[in-house]
Amino acid sequence: MNLHSNVPTGAIESAWTRTKSSLKLINPANKRKYKVIVVGSGLAGASAAASLAELGYQVQCFCFQDSPRRAHSIAAQGGINAAKNYQNDGDSTWRLFYDTVKGGDFRAREHNVYRLAEISANIIDQCVAQGVPFAREYGGMLANRSFGGAQVSRTFYARGQTGQQLLLGAYQALERQIQAGRVEMLTRMEMLDLVLVDSRARGIVTRDLTTGEIKSYAADAVVLATGGYGNVYYLSTNAKGSNATAIWRAHRKGALFANPCFTQIHPTCIPVSGDYQSKLTLMSESLRNDGRIWVPRSAADKRAPNDIPEEDRDYYLERRYPSFGNLVPRDVASRNAKYVCDEGRGIGESGLGVYLDFADPIIRLGRKTIDERYGNLFEMYQRITGEDPGKVPMRIYPAIHYTMGGLWVDYNLQSTIPGLFVLGEANFSDHGANRLGASALMQGLADGYFVIPCTMANFLADHKPDHLTTDDVNFQAAEFDARQITSRLLSIRGKRTVASFHRELGKLVWDHCGMARNAQGLRYAITKIEELEQEFWQNVNVPGSGEELNRSLEHGGRVADFLQLGALMCRDALEREESCGGHFREEYQTSEGEAQRDDENYSYVAAWEYHGSAEEATLHKEALVFENVQPSQRSYQ
Amino acid sequence: MKLTLHIWRQKDRSAPGRMERYEAGNVNPDMSFLEMLDVLNEELSVSGGDPVAFDHDCREGICGSCSLMINGHAHGPRARTTACQLHMRHFKDGDVVYVEPWRAKAFPIIRDLVVDRSALDRIIAAGGYISASTGSAPDANAILVAKENADRAMDAAQCIGCGACVAACPNASASLFTAAKITHLSLLPQGQPERYKRSLAMVVQMQKEAFGHCSNAGECEAACPKGIRLEHIALMNREFRAAVFNLRPAAGTRDHGD
Repeated sequence: MNLHSNVPTGAIESAWTRTKSSLKLINPANKRKYKVIVVGSGLAGASAAASLAELGYQVQCFCFQDSPRRAHSIAAQGGINAAKNYQNDGDSTWRLFYDTVKGGDFRAREHNVYRLAEISANIIDQCVAQGVPFAREYGGMLANRSFGGAQVSRTFYARGQTGQQLLLGAYQALERQIQAGRVEMLTRMEMLDLVLVDSRARGIVTRDLTTGEIKSYAADAVVLATGGYGNVYYLSTNAKGSNATAIWRAHRKGALFANPCFTQIHPTCIPVSGDYQSKLTLMSESLRNDGRIWVPRSAADKRAPNDIPEEDRDYYLERRYPSFGNLVPRDVASRNAKYVCDEGRGIGESGLGVYLDFADPIIRLGRKTIDERYGNLFEMYQRITGEDPGKVPMRIYPAIHYTMGGLWVDYNLQSTIPGLFVLGEANFSDHGANRLGASALMQGLADGYFVIPCTMANFLADHKPDHLTTDDVNFQAAEFDARQITSRLLSIRGKRTVASFHRELGKLVWDHCGMARNAQGLRYAITKIEELEQEFWQNVNVPGSGEELNRSLEHGGRVADFLQLGALMCRDALEREESCGGHFREEYQTSEGEAQRDDENYSYVAAWEYHGSAEEATLHKEALVFENVQPSQRSYQ
Repeated sequence: MKLTLHIWRQKDRSAPGRMERYEAGNVNPDMSFLEMLDVLNEELSVSGGDPVAFDHDCREGICGSCSLMINGHAHGPRARTTACQLHMRHFKDGDVVYVEPWRAKAFPIIRDLVVDRSALDRIIAAGGYISASTGSAPDANAILVAKENADRAMDAAQCIGCGACVAACPNASASLFTAAKITHLSLLPQGQPERYKRSLAMVVQMQKEAFGHCSNAGECEAACPKGIRLEHIALMNREFRAAVFNLRPAAGTRDHGD
């Protein structure tokens, strides 16, 4: 298979403008003859559905939640980057492009990233016009803050709820189109399969989560905006319902899956407190601006944190990285927390935690100042743990937070299946091996508001409406398959719950394909996951029936897909014999213990083709070409 | 610790429901309320029982999915805390806990503790937006917004659409929800062109759904996990009255272009 990225030739600065001028158009009167399915209603899905409907297409939008407003984009806290240079600090499209490519450890496609940086400014304009209440200065202008991985202030924010406000903006635009009759919104629906007719994406099969009805829908094109796959790890900062079923079933139908091992671990989450733990909560990275991270010097030291004197503490980040200290990037901070816990110096009951201490800044700045800066975060921490971080050091530990990998797409966001487009976290396109803070919201909205409206027309212009219906044999066959999977899950009636399989999978992937990976561990994990998958299909217990609201059945289908995807993540991590961004292979590190990239052999996108199991999957490579930036080694010492 | 739970069980919209008693024998104070229900569901699954259905997703208090009446309080006893952020350390050994779905005619029960809140979406669809099609926006700093107004708009915009206000209200009114969106948008310069049309359409839609009227009980404000204030309802009423008087159709020039 030849992967055509379709990146434009010529100067990168004008590439998107030239592309837009050459993409085919559809006359306004003809647009309404086309049907487009959008799966997912987060930032990417809602903005795509609304924008496509505004242009005149007939849109059907699906989500599994009870309302499109509940998609997990809502939980993003920090902000959204945009190269506006409102602060006069020398920001530009070029700098945002450069920071993003470098932050991604030179494993992203230059042209996609440049376009993202270029569109970032339009996103802020669009969101302000919709009434998103961004933070303002007294003169009425927009306020900015700075964020990791950048030396300029380019992050726009709405308190600690930027994702919520941006999503509500997109949701309201979507509701406006629903009211106008241009979008049909189908909530509490889960996509179970992609339908191909003549090798082209022509529709989906869904299960109505309330009635259990399995039904298919036909369209001229399908857009997947279903988010990331962090829940493979069971414990993550993702919402409980976030899943990979839509992208995984599209993968099984032929869409290549790119860089599955590129996953991001956030260093400051609240540690696990017990076996019953259902998810992890992120505490904003901004805490590291003042908080100091430490563990006891000796593994035997079990004293309460406030009883441990200064000389018995190890401020390991300040010691190892004197110039960046506690503010090293996410991957470096996470990995070092793992090292000290591996040495037995982790804190808390589980030994999987480190202290984030505010005692020094409180002495230096006063409790009032610290509360002004972090009061809402302290409150959130106290609500969950029952401890006041102003008095006892916070306990934190890294957790899975974002997945850079996803379905492979070309410059037009089209997958390897014609007519199947993939947006937002569900695709692999813009963040390389590591995503910078405040860039996920930017990408979701860039894809949905500004890219897909252009590239969709270009695709549909070559495909006249043919009034295909779901009576077509391919729809019947896909519906039959979906019913088979459902009845198979219900017929096993084994001894283990779905959640117990999910937890076991999560632990395997976290231990062997998490913060640090090695060949032996990855091989072990692949074998174990495949055994677990076999046991799943013999011993899982899914109670209830298929003709009702059945949460165990929903979860069962998702875990079946996570099992296969988890194995592929390990396979991808095993093949990539280098360290880059979030992918740290212990065999490939510098003498200082930092990630060692191998540009000569691994400067490519790994795109996997499905053949039944991770071992049988075939690897296709899209070479990454750097014509505008020079790959360099990251150093934070 | 050990708790006795009484949980509302109902197979579907039309089936009769009833409270059922469960013993939760192994409750850890660090668990969230939903994790306590997860453990109960695991036990029910293993023992051949029927797990309790409840809505939840982000489990960090922002998506607005969770919707439990706990001992008669929407989201339970803690102020400004959604059920997913409520932890078991606020209960004590031997407590008896009643868990019910949101109770409101406009929120029909789908199963057990899961209700249909699509009426809230329809109120937004009626006009809870600014019509700004993609691509037509001016530069973001061309629209100045006084900081005080941006902050107040944000106070209102924090609503997570969970419906606790409706569940807590003796009249099952959606006034606080509707008012929060009307206030958010009418405080901003971008929201002015559609200000009256929006207020009228949203209030009319709220009345078309099976919500009751506001009679200033104030229960909504007490139950709101995001601290949305009652004053927004006063503002909504003012906007509605202004809309009724100000919204007149134009004289009727028909222009199809040349």
